[in-house]
Amino acid sequence: MKHTLSVLLQNKPGVLSRVTGLFSGRGFNIESLCVAETLDPGISCLTLVTRGDNSIIEQITKQLHKLIDVIKVTDISEKEYVEREMVLIRIKAESQTRAEVLRVIDIFRGKVVDVSSRSYAVEVTGSASKIQALIDLLKPIGIKEIVRTGTIAMARASKNK
Amino acid sequence: MVKMTGSQAIVKCLQEEGVKTIFGYPGGAVIDLFDALMDSDITNVLVRHEQGAVHAADSFSRVTGEVGVALLTSGPGATNGVTGIATAYCDSIPMVILTGQVPRSLIGNDAFQEVDIVGITRPCTKHNYLVSNKEDLVPVLREAFYIARTGRPGPVLVDLPKDLMAGQLTYPEQKPIRMQNYQPTYEPHIGQIAKACKQILKSRKPVLYVGGGVILSDAHKALEELAINLNIPVTMTLMGLGAFPGSHPLSMGMLGMHGSYTANMAVAQSDLLIAVGARFDDRVTGKLEEFACNAKIIHIDIDPTSISKNVKVDIPIVADCQYALTAINSWFSKEPGINIKEEAAQHEAWLETIREWSAKYPMTYKEEGELIKPQYVIEMLDKLTGGNAIITTEVGQNQMWTAQFFKFNKPRHFVTSGGLGTMGFGLPAAIGAQMAFPDRLVIDVAGDGSIQMNIQELATAKQYNCPVKIAILNNSYLGMVRQWQELFYDKRYASTVMEVTPDFVKLAEAYGAVGLRATKKSEVVPVIEKALASNNVVIMDFSIAREENVYPMVPAGKATTEMLLV
Repeated sequence: MKHTLSVLLQNKPGVLSRVTGLFSGRGFNIESLCVAETLDPGISCLTLVTRGDNSIIEQITKQLHKLIDVIKVTDISEKEYVEREMVLIRIKAESQTRAEVLRVIDIFRGKVVDVSSRSYAVEVTGSASKIQALIDLLKPIGIKEIVRTGTIAMARASKNK
Repeated sequence: MVKMTGSQAIVKCLQEEGVKTIFGYPGGAVIDLFDALMDSDITNVLVRHEQGAVHAADSFSRVTGEVGVALLTSGPGATNGVTGIATAYCDSIPMVILTGQVPRSLIGNDAFQEVDIVGITRPCTKHNYLVSNKEDLVPVLREAFYIARTGRPGPVLVDLPKDLMAGQLTYPEQKPIRMQNYQPTYEPHIGQIAKACKQILKSRKPVLYVGGGVILSDAHKALEELAINLNIPVTMTLMGLGAFPGSHPLSMGMLGMHGSYTANMAVAQSDLLIAVGARFDDRVTGKLEEFACNAKIIHIDIDPTSISKNVKVDIPIVADCQYALTAINSWFSKEPGINIKEEAAQHEAWLETIREWSAKYPMTYKEEGELIKPQYVIEMLDKLTGGNAIITTEVGQNQMWTAQFFKFNKPRHFVTSGGLGTMGFGLPAAIGAQMAFPDRLVIDVAGDGSIQMNIQELATAKQYNCPVKIAILNNSYLGMVRQWQELFYDKRYASTVMEVTPDFVKLAEAYGAVGLRATKKSEVVPVIEKALASNNVVIMDFSIAREENVYPMVPAGKATTEMLLV
């Protein structure tokens, strides 16, 4: 099962390597990892996507929490949440495919961010599965370069409040 | 606000933490700190190898319960300490390790004697720090001591750049430490305590399975109260030995790979396993699916990651062992309608079964004329010291025989590297224990292999008048590995034969210590008596039956009921 963990940590040197060292040392896997400052510059938020059965996820959560620099660990995939990933793709766009590429990008609500005579660079955001669907469509046309941010996620606001 | 050098501030901070003895080895990066120490009442024990410093400080902590402190220089000094740090980490020993670092302007430049020791020790410390500005120096040290001794204890390393120690700073006032991100749970959840107690009432075949956590939290009194009041048999892990009196009729001794027949059978057949401060290590459980498979499991541990890590637990209690056991005891004394005597009597049939196992398969060995059996040496050490000595061990057969045949009746009297299994631990550990208690008898039970890993510490023992006694169970083999080769590798003794072994008697004499040798059984007692009568460091070299094995033994990966017996 895929789980998305949101981890608040002290924004200090070496903290990220404590987290990644924990994963490599204990044989847990990281599918993607994204980290940046929060509103409080002393605290970072790390979004991490991992896989495992319940007992593994329980261990991962507890082990993360045991790190002194970790403030809070939430398995946000346990509740309603939104996830987004951004991708930058440079696609081959020669005369016969230029129009088709633009149509596909439009369907995915993407934006062209760089143009040359033989390629487009586009920016698309969405869930990991949407990004994957786009990649699958563009592959036959010819992807020259691709950079993904990894997932960031946020729990949805409680509807009762 | 007092101005002083960084080094003086460190010394002052150590004094505020109550540190009287540290173990260290100097070098360029820590020369200022050693200089400042000279003006203080803190004794530095100059070891002969940094690994020895960390083991000795670790042992100092194990016997006193205080935070052990080691001081090492940068680069190789720090890396030599890593095995010691990992040893303390695996056994949850509270320690602060201070390492020197090259000046801040040189960090990252591959400077002389520079290593990224914070990076290297990240996975084997509870936490570590590189101090990067002078305002942080004292607060970081205070936090290091706080983290080391609270929660599940562990070693904390503080890396100290040389220029910070040489420079001036203003000594900050002491403030209570509050960490937003680190708040260990001490108090148990009352609902869980009640659930556990009700489960204990339902049980007819309960077993207390206790580990080092009971000793670390000084919970032995509360444990005794629970076990004796409710008539519950107790088995201990290697780290738990001494948590419950080994000579008490309710003690079943150690469990696991080299545990007693009784303990392993009792765990397998029990209907309720009460795990206290233990972590279901593979050496204890054997094949996981068959471990305590008929039992409900209550697990008390201060570290949530220990719970349900290896074995699914029915009633988890995250708490300090002492708090939790005290809460259980008070539940039983306060809950209306419970007659403790009647409850205790319910376990009589179970205890009878246990007594039968013990009578049928006691911890034993075969006598063979004048051959010295290592188990006999341990029994005689126990007898002739009245069980009062602090015993340290090396790792391997010597360690297991000690665990099996020495009856530890008090906590903090058995010092051994359990989790990491570090050879070379015993001698520096003996020195650490002797520095903590100069008037007590300290004995290192060693093998001829392990003792050679830190034999240089004999000089330290001499220099600081630590009259430790070293009992070498000498079989000129790396005995535990040889035993595995005999049993599971067709007797192919690959690299386990010590074809050259030094003359330990002469070696002792070379260091100014006393060397004694026994080659026959009848010489064992006189040699021990002579050693105990000496106020010098003594090596006792016992030429033991060479291919004696440690039994019972559960082959790795087998269920703990599948024991090979004598």
